Amino acid sequence: MTNGQGTAATDGRPLIEVEHLKVYFPILAGIFQRRAGEVKAVDDVSFEIRKGETLGLVGESGCGKSTTGRALIRLREATDGVVRFDGIDLTTLSSGELRKLRRRMQIIFQDPYSSLNPRMTVGSIIAEPIETHNLVQGRQARLERVKELLRLVGLNPNYTNRYPHEFSGGQRQRIGVARALAVEPEFIVCDEPISALDVSIQAQVLNLLVELREQFGLTYLFIAHDLSVVRHISDRVGVMYLGKIVELGPPTAIYETPAHPYTRALLSAVPIPDPKAERRRKRVILTGDVPSPANPPSGCRFHTRCWLYEKLGRPENCRTDDPELRLVGDDHRAACHYAEEALKSDVGVAHLDRTVYRAAIPEVTPGPTHASVSASVASQAAPGEGDGEQQAGGSQAGEG
Amino acid sequence: MTELPDDIQVETEEGRRLAEQLQDSRRHARKLLEVKNLSTHFFTADGVVHAVDDVSFELDYGETLGLVGESGCGKSVTALSLTRLVPNPPGRIVGGEIIFDGVNVLKLSNEEMRLLRGKRIGFIFQDPMTSLNPTLTIGYQIAESARIHLGLSRRAADDRAAELLSKVGIPRARERMGDYPHQFSGGMRQRVMIAIALACDPMLLLADEPTTALDVTIQAQILELIRSLSAEFGTAVILITHDLGIAAGMCDRVNVMYAGRIVETGAVDDIFEKPRMPYTWGLMDSLPRLDEKKGERLRTIEGLPPDLINPPNECRFAPRCRYARDICREQEPELTPREEERHFARCHGTEPGGWIQ
Amino acid sequence: MASTTTALEAPVARRESRGLWRDALDRLLKNRLAIVGGIMVILLGVIAIFGPFISSAFLHPYNEQNVQLTAQYGGRPVPPLAEPGYILGTDKLGRDLLARIFDGAQISMTVALVVQAVVLLIGIPIGAIAGWFGGRIDNYLMRFTDVVYAFPDLLFIIILTMAFRETWFGRAMDGLLLVFVAIGVVSWITMARLVRGQLLSLKETEFVEAARAIGVPDRRIVTRHLLPNAIGPVIVAVTLGIPGAILAEATLAFIGIGAQPPRASWGSLIDDGRDFVRGDPHLVLFPALAVAIALLSFTFLGDGLRDALDPKLKGKQ
Repeated sequence: MTNGQGTAATDGRPLIEVEHLKVYFPILAGIFQRRAGEVKAVDDVSFEIRKGETLGLVGESGCGKSTTGRALIRLREATDGVVRFDGIDLTTLSSGELRKLRRRMQIIFQDPYSSLNPRMTVGSIIAEPIETHNLVQGRQARLERVKELLRLVGLNPNYTNRYPHEFSGGQRQRIGVARALAVEPEFIVCDEPISALDVSIQAQVLNLLVELREQFGLTYLFIAHDLSVVRHISDRVGVMYLGKIVELGPPTAIYETPAHPYTRALLSAVPIPDPKAERRRKRVILTGDVPSPANPPSGCRFHTRCWLYEKLGRPENCRTDDPELRLVGDDHRAACHYAEEALKSDVGVAHLDRTVYRAAIPEVTPGPTHASVSASVASQAAPGEGDGEQQAGGSQAGEG
Repeated sequence: MTELPDDIQVETEEGRRLAEQLQDSRRHARKLLEVKNLSTHFFTADGVVHAVDDVSFELDYGETLGLVGESGCGKSVTALSLTRLVPNPPGRIVGGEIIFDGVNVLKLSNEEMRLLRGKRIGFIFQDPMTSLNPTLTIGYQIAESARIHLGLSRRAADDRAAELLSKVGIPRARERMGDYPHQFSGGMRQRVMIAIALACDPMLLLADEPTTALDVTIQAQILELIRSLSAEFGTAVILITHDLGIAAGMCDRVNVMYAGRIVETGAVDDIFEKPRMPYTWGLMDSLPRLDEKKGERLRTIEGLPPDLINPPNECRFAPRCRYARDICREQEPELTPREEERHFARCHGTEPGGWIQ
Repeated sequence: MASTTTALEAPVARRESRGLWRDALDRLLKNRLAIVGGIMVILLGVIAIFGPFISSAFLHPYNEQNVQLTAQYGGRPVPPLAEPGYILGTDKLGRDLLARIFDGAQISMTVALVVQAVVLLIGIPIGAIAGWFGGRIDNYLMRFTDVVYAFPDLLFIIILTMAFRETWFGRAMDGLLLVFVAIGVVSWITMARLVRGQLLSLKETEFVEAARAIGVPDRRIVTRHLLPNAIGPVIVAVTLGIPGAILAEATLAFIGIGAQPPRASWGSLIDDGRDFVRGDPHLVLFPALAVAIALLSFTFLGDGLRDALDPKLKGKQ
């Protein structure tokens, strides 16, 4: 999907509105499980996701991005704040009403191994949402629908009888996608959907997600720690640190003119597959670890690791005032007192002046036997693009 | 290390310098590590898995070599084979030679091997939590190696441990020596692992996906640490990773592995600028990139890697290769030289006169 | 689960589908010790059911002949192989020891079944409720189990049997049912803790989260996603718990609660034999051997089941 198409699908009305969302987890102690403190996994986060848009959420582990994603579809209860789905406040919905609404929002998980019940066949895994919401009447029709979904995600429709352990990681992830699509949702939370997969399989699944988005006009919240993947798929990107969104804006702003020192540090830490750019680049190595969300630093939460704070001579307001997420450019917000200073910096944008571009990859020239090759490839890939993977996986399953 | 000829008198200052020079020149005349036709197979109930199949490569003193590939390509088994740590059964080194600093590793006794592992070769693994003993203090675990292999006294070993800890960037090293692994964060534990690996000033550091379990900012810290320490100590590094970006930033040379074979090897710049193997292209191509606008469909490598039980005599990448021709399915290509120095690739199509240019 | 699975299976072209249970069975059949254990368990079951028939047909349960025999030996037990047909000898009353052991098998196997049934009936609901609801309910239930655990088992069983002795329940099966149930009532703790632990960890898995995201009702999540995945360890715990139950009954019989003459359990046989342990050790030895064989058989089978059902031992995926 190109940028142009992306905006065409976006009509600007927010599908998801999040206002001052807080999710705290109690820390219990003692035999009476008294509340000894709380982990502020998500601490006062506000944003919206427009219809047809993909919002990418990046951050390091423990920054609260997964919890935010789960709170958005109320798999986690919000401690405070409002989450509206198409105008309906989810946080006050009764469980019956919520169950009905679950048809419209779904989630895809990170771990292709733990996200499928090992004791259920693929057919019953995908049929479960259909039965739960009684979407298709009759066993035969339901089976047809399951097969259709398998075909949609590029799997062999005859695999309904197989168990998850007979599939490879990439195929399992496709099964998870089929399960999410079974209810014909409008909104899908993709929680690190490709980070557990091998490089070549990552691209296959990522392509599938993009295709499905185009085909069904889906809205995604795409959570990942890999900045390049997020850039590839997102219309807007949010960067989280210690339970807060520190920067939010279109990918070009986030990746080319980042306004928060944390975003710049993150970008500068990403290895670039280009030895020359790597040698030339100016790195900001963040010192220390992410502080505990049970006891976040005062003021700006990033100031304990912030290079800009050091550079500016440790200004006092960084330690005392929590910066607001404020507008610093066109649709571009950052939560930093000194965002203007950050914008002037050249830290973290080394990827922009790469000299080596994608290795010039030759086109396939027709050789003496080329026609037969492409014919066999085409027949292999017939039901969907993941079919090659699936056939290999099938034989693998047979052996294992 | 190397025995000195009798005619050099080490007692005098001049003699000592001469001896050092001699040692130096001898070192440079040979490689730190030469692996020749190494094959490691796993004997499982389903058949013999050719995990590492006829792999040859070299490593200079002080050089950083990347082993790049996807899971199951044999990169970790190669590293385990170098130190004879392949789990046996089911695994066994079935052929080849490993010459480390002039010594044939495969001919050593177990006891000699143990000494070599601790003293000359350091390890860093992916998961720093499981590679540290949770019931021993950090200080003890670092000092232990120095005591065993360098014969240091308790006090001297403790001093060495404290020095190493501060070298790997742990603040208040002396105080923290009494801490246990669970009191350290993931990144800190990986630093401790590096300190242990470097305790005996090894000649080779084997780093198996050292940052895969870590966040990107911590990853940058650890990589920087490995880079600066290996430069400071002159330690050669074999870095095993699936991340091409890490290989680009860290390595002097790169071996790309696929299905138990090295499919391309060369200087890092050549590998990234002029890769000569479709699998390498596929790997580079299927990554979304930081400097790219949202957008085009990623080119993927279709299919899955082959089964390594009785691989047929064909190019192992041929079933997934868009450029494959009949010859690729009839005859497995050899690792043959390409234009640049020490650049080899295993591909019929990119050989001189081949159909991919 | 079963209904959908079959619903989907029917129209699809049949192929060799190796499910998880099938794999577990395959692995179990590869385990030689487990097979030996399994065969022994089946054999014990046959003996328990048909023991009395076998005894009256081929062996020498108490009759006139026995009295003569006893007289012949001056009121002392007959040693093994001393008289034709009395392979293991007799007790002091001239009763064929093998027949007695067969009779004891019936009681000991019944113990195994009844005790484990009670353990399942109490342990699974308590563990499941604690694990599923978590929080305060979990806390209260677990403290309750701690209290039960802390109470001396033997004392508890004695009190129970005394208290209910005169009811219909106390008289069922010559009072044995009460004893067995009492053993079960003190043995469910481990099961409850096991099920709770399983549910607590399963509840956090992504497939359960996925079910919640789909809107699957709670009861169905428990029955369809949680319990089927917890069943493996439960089965194993049941098999491994059986030896404990047999031992407990033996202990009780030894102190006089449990099987009373003329019925015999392995425990009561050992008890009877202890007076003769110097002169005629076989009276203790053979019942003890029977207990040992039963324990080993169940332990082998349980170990095998555990390995077979452990997904970590599945090998490569």
